[in-house]
Amino acid sequence: MKLFGRYLLILFKSQMQYRTSFWLLSFGQFFIPFSVFAGLYFLFERFGQIKGWDFFEVALSFGVIHMAFAISECFVRGFDMFSSLVANGEFDRLLVRPRSTVLQVLGSKFEFTRIGRLLQSSLVLAWAVSQIHVDWTIAKSLTLIFMIVSGVFIFSGIFILTATMCFWTIQGLEIANIFTDGGREMAQYPLNIYQKWVTRFFTYVIPFGCVNYLPLLYILGRTEGNSFLYMLTPLAGCAFIIPCLLLWRFGVRHYRSTGS
Amino acid sequence: MITVSGICKSFKVAKRTSGVGNAVKALFRREYSEVAALNDISFSIAPGEIVGYIGPNGAGKSTTIKVMSGILVPDQGTCTIMGYTPWLDRVAYVKNIGVVFGQRSQLWWDVPVIDSFDLLRDIYNVPEAEYRSNLKLLAETLDLEDIIRTPVRQLSLGQRMRCEIAASLLHNPSILFLDEPTIGLDAVSKIAVRQFITRINKEKGVTVILTTHDMNDIEALAQRILLIGKGSLLYDGDLTTLRERYVEDSQSDSPSIEDIIVRMYKEYQIT
Amino acid sequence: MKAYLSVFRLRLANGLQYRSAALAGIATQFFWGFIIIMVFEAFYNQSPVTPPISLSQLITYVWLQQAFLAFIMLWFRDNELFQLITSGNIAYELCRPSGIYGFWYAKLLAQRLASAALRCLPILIVAVFLPQPYRLSVPVDMATAVLFIIALLLGLFILVAISMLIYISTFVTMSAAGSLLMFGVIGEFLAGMVIPIPLMPSWLQSIVNVLPFRLTADFPFRVYSGHIPKWEALEIIPLQLLWLAALVAIGKYAMGKALRRVVVQGG
Repeated sequence: MKLFGRYLLILFKSQMQYRTSFWLLSFGQFFIPFSVFAGLYFLFERFGQIKGWDFFEVALSFGVIHMAFAISECFVRGFDMFSSLVANGEFDRLLVRPRSTVLQVLGSKFEFTRIGRLLQSSLVLAWAVSQIHVDWTIAKSLTLIFMIVSGVFIFSGIFILTATMCFWTIQGLEIANIFTDGGREMAQYPLNIYQKWVTRFFTYVIPFGCVNYLPLLYILGRTEGNSFLYMLTPLAGCAFIIPCLLLWRFGVRHYRSTGS
Repeated sequence: MITVSGICKSFKVAKRTSGVGNAVKALFRREYSEVAALNDISFSIAPGEIVGYIGPNGAGKSTTIKVMSGILVPDQGTCTIMGYTPWLDRVAYVKNIGVVFGQRSQLWWDVPVIDSFDLLRDIYNVPEAEYRSNLKLLAETLDLEDIIRTPVRQLSLGQRMRCEIAASLLHNPSILFLDEPTIGLDAVSKIAVRQFITRINKEKGVTVILTTHDMNDIEALAQRILLIGKGSLLYDGDLTTLRERYVEDSQSDSPSIEDIIVRMYKEYQIT
Repeated sequence: MKAYLSVFRLRLANGLQYRSAALAGIATQFFWGFIIIMVFEAFYNQSPVTPPISLSQLITYVWLQQAFLAFIMLWFRDNELFQLITSGNIAYELCRPSGIYGFWYAKLLAQRLASAALRCLPILIVAVFLPQPYRLSVPVDMATAVLFIIALLLGLFILVAISMLIYISTFVTMSAAGSLLMFGVIGEFLAGMVIPIPLMPSWLQSIVNVLPFRLTADFPFRVYSGHIPKWEALEIIPLQLLWLAALVAIGKYAMGKALRRVVVQGG
């Protein structure tokens, strides 16, 4: 953990060498989701609701998922950019150091400019939380935090999976955008507005449903049956990272036996 | 200290074909050919030796280094280094070695050298007192005092290489792997690097295994050389014997080391 | 002219090399298209009022957007050009015998055409055969199709003229990312890339309608789906030409000015 802090510090120092570019990019990271959010706002102005969800309910989803995405892109960027680490042979270097590969890959890159996106999503989230018709109990506030954490774990898991693919091929990795950018775009609305196959896939395979749909029902008091279970669904979402890490280990072993 | 016996390693190489049709086919089924990179390599190295590991490009030098440093798992054979099998006990083992890849940097590009060193201290968990004294010694002997606060991107290649070597010695390794440590350096820097290698070898007893294409490195440093060609170990012995072996059929009385190597390559038909 | 053509060919060959990247890109765009359509479907589902554009016209709009993404997004960078400008190596470019505006214009145009050539047809073909309601409908008649193609190509020319302005603004800001971001985010929003223009509130529509951005994407797509009737399209096409002429003129003027400054500074 101390080492992780060290990595953060040194990369922050590096990034601060290019201050102008840092501010410009952070600024952009603020405006990209901002324009998407503006679009969402205009759509609600026209239609009023989407399958029974009102604007602030969707805004809550939007805030949660974009915040989770910003955090993962900042701290798990090393896995996102892993193909370059393999391509230039830097991964060999990590293997001759007495630390876990996961920690070292995490430490290889952070993307601090995501602070812009984080700020944007925090604003949206704060607005939604203050306007939505919910009595914020401790359990509900905790659930909200769980949702964000769960989102971070799921995005991180996808980044790790993409990185694992690099051990076999570094071509066609763009396909992973479906799950990262696509997942983000999709999960900014509550999941049940989509067709069944999308909802199922993104609940049982990649558990975005555990981030913004099932726990959202609990927060809004629309659950049937044991509401405690709904509250805990984000934790199930976190479990997504376990198979990803196992696959990663398998990938590292493959790399070490083929050296490709 | 190091015992390598019967190491074999082969790689699968995808056959590349041209044309759109073949490229589409390759999406579904690829044809591979096996290339033997290492073929029954065995040798052992005693503590405190400096060994030069030479051979033409693609002979298997870096594959061997990768196996010995625990990056790569061989198909067959055993390797015991300081009681460890490198690829099995990776984390425990690599604390004892330092590796310099001459063509790649382990320093963080945009920050002062000292920041990289501090981070390496934490990666290797070096106790503070030990780190201080190591750093002091390295800075003195490698003449780093003036450059240690400079960002890496502003250093010259020679300065950077000195920092690279220091970086791989901060944790007091017993074995140092140097993969082309003098590549691209000017004469002054080359000599500085060589002197330093001799010094840590003498003073700290660090075992050094170095690969290089610069035969002057070998001549200045290595008592012993290993020659590898086409994946097989072809020669293992000291430089003087080698010199004597080739001196008779040479035009001059004392052929340069370059001459000798060229002759060896020719004899073994590995160029 | 010959020089432009050879750049064009080189880029096409270059783009064709990365087939697996193209395949992955197509898959991503399909997924993206589906998500956007399903969101609109959900909005339309219980809408109390009749929206200003029908769902099937909207679906066509979305598929065209995905298929012609390379024609319509401003977010499409050529790092070579940016580096040329910020590093000052632009001086070499000045030695070329062809006009620099035309040369760069051709280069950017070629890139977009090459990238669209790889993606557009597969997406269009698959989208036409999708099950209802996701199917991309075909134009009602030949005249609409012809008008669409004219509008789309003019739109592409306008877009390249706009992106030329992005590159030229780099002479001043010296930050590629900065220029691209401001133009990219705002321009794409105003072109109807985030939400289609007919669904914007009316105050925003009146702003968007006087700007050139909508002519690059929104206009041709609505011509295709018949949302903009033929007679109206015929009125807007001259407007496209007018904007194109204006943007090229502005670009050439600004570039001349920027280049003179480079020469004065000594490159």
